[in-house]
Parts: sequence; structure tokens; C-alpha cells
Amino acid sequence: SRDFAVGFNFHSHPNSADVISTVEFSQSGEFLATGDKGGRVVIFQREPQGEYNVYSTFQSHDPEFDYLKSLEIEEKINKIRWLPQLHSALFLLTTNDKTIKLWKVSERDKQPEGYNLKDEEGRVKDISKITSLQVPVLRPMDLLVEASPRRVFSNAHAYHINSISINSDCETYLSADDLRINLWNLSITDRSFNIVDLKPDNMEDLTEVITVAEFHPHHCHLLAFSSSTGTTRLCDMRSRALCDQHAKLFEEAVDPASRSFFSELISSVSDVKFSHSGRYLLTRDYLSAKVWDLNMEKKPVETYQVHDYLRSKLCTLYESDCIFDKFECAWNGTDSVIMTGAYNNFFRMFDRASRRDVTLEASREVCKRRAVLRPRRVCIGRKRRESDICVDSLDFRKKVLHTAWHPTDNIIAIAARNNLYIFQDRHSPSGHHGMNVNELDIF
Amino acid sequence: MSACTLVSVSTVLGCHSCFRVDMFSKGTKRKFSDDGGEMSDESLGGANVSSSYNLQRQSLLDMSLIKLQLCHMLVEPNLCRSVLIANTVRQIQEEMTHDGSWQAVTEAFCNGSQSPSERLVATEVLCRSREQDAEPKLFSVISYEGCREEEVVADETLCSVSVSDAASNVCLSESVGHCWETGELRVVESDEETSEGSRLGPGDDDDDDEDDEDEDEVDEEEESSREDSKSMGQVFGTFEIKNGSSGPDSALEELFSDVDASYYDLDTMLTGIQSAPKMGPYDLLDSLAPSHGPPSLGSPSNCRSDLNELDHIMEIIVGS
Repeated sequence: SRDFAVGFNFHSHPNSADVISTVEFSQSGEFLATGDKGGRVVIFQREPQGEYNVYSTFQSHDPEFDYLKSLEIEEKINKIRWLPQLHSALFLLTTNDKTIKLWKVSERDKQPEGYNLKDEEGRVKDISKITSLQVPVLRPMDLLVEASPRRVFSNAHAYHINSISINSDCETYLSADDLRINLWNLSITDRSFNIVDLKPDNMEDLTEVITVAEFHPHHCHLLAFSSSTGTTRLCDMRSRALCDQHAKLFEEAVDPASRSFFSELISSVSDVKFSHSGRYLLTRDYLSAKVWDLNMEKKPVETYQVHDYLRSKLCTLYESDCIFDKFECAWNGTDSVIMTGAYNNFFRMFDRASRRDVTLEASREVCKRRAVLRPRRVCIGRKRRESDICVDSLDFRKKVLHTAWHPTDNIIAIAARNNLYIFQDRHSPSGHHGMNVNELDIF
Repeated sequence: MSACTLVSVSTVLGCHSCFRVDMFSKGTKRKFSDDGGEMSDESLGGANVSSSYNLQRQSLLDMSLIKLQLCHMLVEPNLCRSVLIANTVRQIQEEMTHDGSWQAVTEAFCNGSQSPSERLVATEVLCRSREQDAEPKLFSVISYEGCREEEVVADETLCSVSVSDAASNVCLSESVGHCWETGELRVVESDEETSEGSRLGPGDDDDDDEDDEDEDEVDEEEESSREDSKSMGQVFGTFEIKNGSSGPDSALEELFSDVDASYYDLDTMLTGIQSAPKMGPYDLLDSLAPSHGPPSLGSPSNCRSDLNELDHIMEIIVGS
């Protein structure tokens, strides 16, 4: 029988006090970047054997203090997005609440030696002691990976940045905060264009904020953004400069009978991802994940219940603020499986074709090297199996908010607090056959 | 005495917001249950079911209001979360207004069936308002039965929320204030005036001098600012703590620091909020400054009014 996931990498972030806040594979999948609450970025590189090991670490953002407002600006990295790799150097965008940076990560394995005016340590030589001239030469050295900020895009957002997305044209990118979306050129830092503005004239009328924004993978004029009211809008930048008027609005009507005070809260969209094909949109709200066909706005083509057993506990979750947790979602390389996180360090995968799903756990106790992940099950009533876990026993402090799927292969990265788990499918690591969840227990 | 009160307030507030919420959700004796019989046109069985729903709804409202009030002082609050909570509050309020249960609440308060000590909080809130007319008041809907006094005080100073439904044009605070005022406000007013008078003495600082001069304009400004304040925008602003604190105690400062609408970079909203009645005769004069812009952090007059208010509250609690 096939096993679901094997080949497990585990990394604990350098400073174990820092929580991972974002995870992103590079466009080729060779690199994996994580950002944390302390403003640090760690880049992993895939080794020939298939493991991911630390390649580079750098401090991307530092805490700042806004003197005008007397408020701190957190250094937490909200999002990382990779640019396509053109040559040996890597380029990635990182952002905190207010500032976006373009980083260049490059290798250096040679260094110049034999300067005339400086000695080996870089100190200036005494000119009077120089008797002959030499030509400096490049000599091999230990590999050094350097990260340097090439651009800093600042002062364009009055509210907290929640998304960045690089356009398929690779020249522009968007950044979105709670109320506005701006369009940037990667080379120009002192100017950006506002393309969406949800700020009402009177802030007292504010009822909706932007939660996520993303460019279409192929069409450079299309972007999608979701809101706290549960709607996702598709905007066409060709139609007008300001995309407040949407081209399409994806919203599923809520059954009036099941309406409660929490309806809006749980409908708030926490993540939006275009499929690789560009035909579908995946949205995540508090209890479910929905797949939308871009051609149909009225309702999703598929709805997956991630943890519907929480529906009866919404009041408690509201009390503890858990209801505001923003879970991300991901597509696999062939768009046949979607994945998203849950509580208790669980994460879930749904096979779209077979409609089968599985719940797995990312925790040190359960995961050992080369071990196979066993499916977990959450039960509402009595435990039917040893491995079952009751709803009331779930640990809501352990949340898998950030997950990423390799662009082509069956490799996934799961962030659980300050730990990063990387799982690979032993049997079909290259992803040609897709994830086989047929022989797994379902519930 | 007031210093002690402040300290206890800060320790109470230092705890996680969940603590306060737990307090409410764990079997808070409901004012409604006492007045269950007074809820009209419902059979006994129906009343139980609906009052249970009402209790839950009330609990949710209370929880939401607290969530909006207790927020991080150092970092900008999460706008998405605030908007979602505010929308929830608005929804509850609309429903309560439409099904008339808000009216029932105010009537319950007015009946005076509860002893004054139990109605402390309500009274306190009302005491701060000076207007006899039913103008939008900032009030706290939270029932404090069974609470420790410190917590009552804490909520008093922090929990002023104006929740008004522009659509239905029935301001919750308005109706509540109206009832409460007739009931018990009068008792306190004379004290307020006395204290106010002493506070406005010539020996006070510059702010007070300014305020004296502008006193004539107070009512007018307040009228217009109160109009502005009539909206959910209030909810954002009541991160409140309208009173700035210049005390050496950094924790206090943190808790009582003015909420700059600059949290959201919105001057208009700020103006509306800050000019909202700061609860109390002391604040009426203070609110003048805010109507022109954000009050400076830690302005001495604000701090003093805060202390005076607490003194006042303590007097009532102690029953002197």
C-alpha cells in the first residue's frame, strides 16, 4: 500500500522563541524561504538527495517606532514572494506591516587578494613601504552566501500590509494593506500607483477590509482580492486605472436559516490562491476551503469542510480570538489536491477528483525521520479509535496557519509555531502521479 | 485612595482579555432574569427560550465591546479584527433595537428594582453625563453583578462605548441615558458640580484657563461633536481611554493613554470620537481641545479629571 508522506525534514528556527510567520517555495522549488516574527528570513536549499538544508539567514526587517503615532511597527515578516530565478543570484520580496524590501541573495566563492594599497585585513598600507606593484587575483574561498537589500519600498501604506504578489510580467508587483492595493515597479521605489481603495470618506462607515490580494499567474492585467465580508473580487486593470469596480465578484449566499452573529466572522476570507492553471481560485474562510471557477461567481464549484466540528464552538473561539486566525491554503503542482492548516498542529489535504481527504499532524512527537505520517481523526463524541482525538481535547494554541506546496513535486512545508516541517511523498516525490490518498482512512 | 484604585485597575487590565470575558460568560446573573416577568407578551415557556437567547446575545455584545476596548497599546491594533467585531456589535444592536428588547433593557434599569449598589456601574456611567436631554451618551451595557469593585471601576473608566444605529435613529445610549438619568443621576449631580468647581480653580494649569474661556462654547461644540460621534466609528475610537495619563507609572500611562485616531490615521474620525462626551462634567471641558484635534498625550488636565472621576466613583461605592 502506498504511504502518504515520508522523508521528513525538521528544522527549528534559530531562535526558538520566534514564530514562523510565512513560508514560500521559490518558483523552481529548489529554495524554500521562511520569515519569522523577529524579522528574520531563513532560506533553505534542496540538496541532491532531496533534503532541504539552511542556505542563508539574514535579518530582513527591524522593529521601528513611528514617532508620529507613538506606535511600534513590528518587524514580523508577513509575506515573502520569490522572483523567477534568471541567473545564479536569488531575488525575493519580503514585507512587514509597512515596508517591502527586495533582497538579492548571491553566492561568493572567490575573493580578490593582493591589493596594493590595502593589506590582507583591509588596513591601508603605508605608501612609503610599497616597493613593487602587483595585480590582484581572485582566489577560491569557502562558499559565502550574502544577502543584500537592493530596493526598499516604503511609506506607501497607511495600514498594515497583508499581501504582496509579483505579476507574471516580472516587472511589477502589488502590495495590499487593509484598505488599499498599490502597484509597484520593481525598479522604482519612490512611486507606486494605487489601484484599489476601499477606504470610505467617513471612516465611521468602514465595514470591510481587504484580507489578501494576488495577481493571476498568467494574465498580467488580472488580480484577485478578498475581503473580511467573505467576498472575493477579480479586477481587470485594463478596464480602468482604479479597480474599485470589480470585474467579477465571487460570493456564496449564506442560507438565512443558518445565519448567526458569527456568520460574517466565519465567512471572512483568510487566503486566496489562484490555481497553477489560472482557471480556479481557492479561498479559505474560517471553517472551509472553496474552489471557485473563474467563470462562475455565484457559488464555488467545490467546498471542503476543514473543521466543521468547530461550528458549535464559535462563541468560545470568538472569546479567545481564535476566530480571527488566518489560515492559508495551497494547491499542489497539478491542481488536483488542496491543502490547508487547522488546530492542534493538524493540516488537511483534499483530493479534488476522488473527494477524499486526510488529516495529518505536524509535531515532533509524531514525526521522526523516515516515518510515515498516520492519518488523524477528530471525533465529536466518543473515541472510536486510539488515534482519535476529541474536539474538546484540541489544542487551539497549536495552529498551522502557514503551509506551502512545492510548485511541481509532492513536497510540502508546514509551519507550526517556531518549527518547520518538510514532508515528501516517498512513492511519488516527483509528483507525476499526484498524491494518492485513495488508500487512506477517510472520515 | 484614588491612587490605590488606579493601581488595582491596571492590574486587572493587565490580564488577558479572556479573563474579563470569562467573567461574563460564566453564569453572570442576568438583570433580565430578575425582570423576566416584566417582559411583556410572552408565555412562560417562550420567555425562557427567548430570554436564553437574549442572554446569549447580551453576553456576545458585552464580549465584543470589551474586545474593542482592550487592545494593544504599543502596536497598532488589527484593523480587520476591529472591523469584524464592530460589525458584530452593530448587528446585535440592530437586532436588539428592532425586536424591542433594548427598550426592555432600559425599562428594567429604570424600574430601580435593583439596589443602588448593584446598579453602580450604570449609575456611574450616567453620572458622567451632564445633559438632561437624551443625547447620545457613552455608556456601558455590561452588567457587573457579582464583580469586584475594582473591576467595576476599571470598566467605568474604560468602557465608554457609544453604539448608535444611524439607520433606526434610535440611539441605544440615548434611550438608556434618558431612563437612567431620571432614576439616579440627580443624586450625584450636586457632587459633580462641586468637584468641578474646585477643579476649575484658578490655581490649575493652563489647560483649565483655556477651558474657562471657552466654556461658553462647550455646549455648542459638544452638540455638533456629539452628532459626529453618533456612529460605529465610536467603536473604533473608544480604544478609548480618552484620558491621557502623565503619571510616572508607565503601566498606567499605557492603559490610559489617549487613543489617537492616528491609530487609523483618520483625522475626521478622531475628531468625532474625541469630542464625544468623555463622561462627566470634568470631561466636558476637556473635550473642547479634542474637538480641534487629537489631544496631546498625557495632558495634565485629563489625568486630573481621571483621578477626580475615580475619586467620585469611590465616594459612591463607599457611600459617603
